[in-house]
Amino acid sequence: MEPKTTKRIESLINASPIIVFMKGTKLMPQCGFSNNVVQILNALGINFETFDVLSDEEIRQGIKEYSSWPTIPQVYVKGEFIGGSDILIEMYNTGELKEKLEIALAS
Amino acid sequence: MPNSTDVSNAIQQVLPDAEVIVEDLNGTGDHLQVSVISNAFKGLSRIRQHQLVYQALNKELANEEIHALALTTSTP
Repeated sequence: MEPKTTKRIESLINASPIIVFMKGTKLMPQCGFSNNVVQILNALGINFETFDVLSDEEIRQGIKEYSSWPTIPQVYVKGEFIGGSDILIEMYNTGELKEKLEIALAS
Repeated sequence: MPNSTDVSNAIQQVLPDAEVIVEDLNGTGDHLQVSVISNAFKGLSRIRQHQLVYQALNKELANEEIHALALTTSTP
């Protein structure tokens, strides 16, 4: 991956406490898995940013290499990759996600 | 399109002891629900567990033979 792409990704990840690289937007998710993540974060009443990878092929491929995670969506909290749809659902069901986000947003 | 045996064989290459359950969500072979149970997951974060399975299916995911993969991992 080109250094300029890595820099772009890092600035996106560090620009907001929670960012979701997804297909589509909060209001118009373009994929069921991306929609899962948006619904979960909305259900927790958490404020989050999104980036539509369908609008930027460089980021769409770069983010997979950056986190060595081959699928979209990808959720980052305070710069840390915490997972995609499956892991968010699991963490949401166990209550771990609410706790992790509250701690992250408080600090 | 990979059938469920291809998928479990690919996973067992990386996780020889794995018990793999593959469900074809819509009959086209590219939307799968996969659950993997293996001792190799002991002590690993969920992300690391999923990454091991993704590595095993790297080819099928990259060329979108598998388009959607709902994954759950656990230890026996």
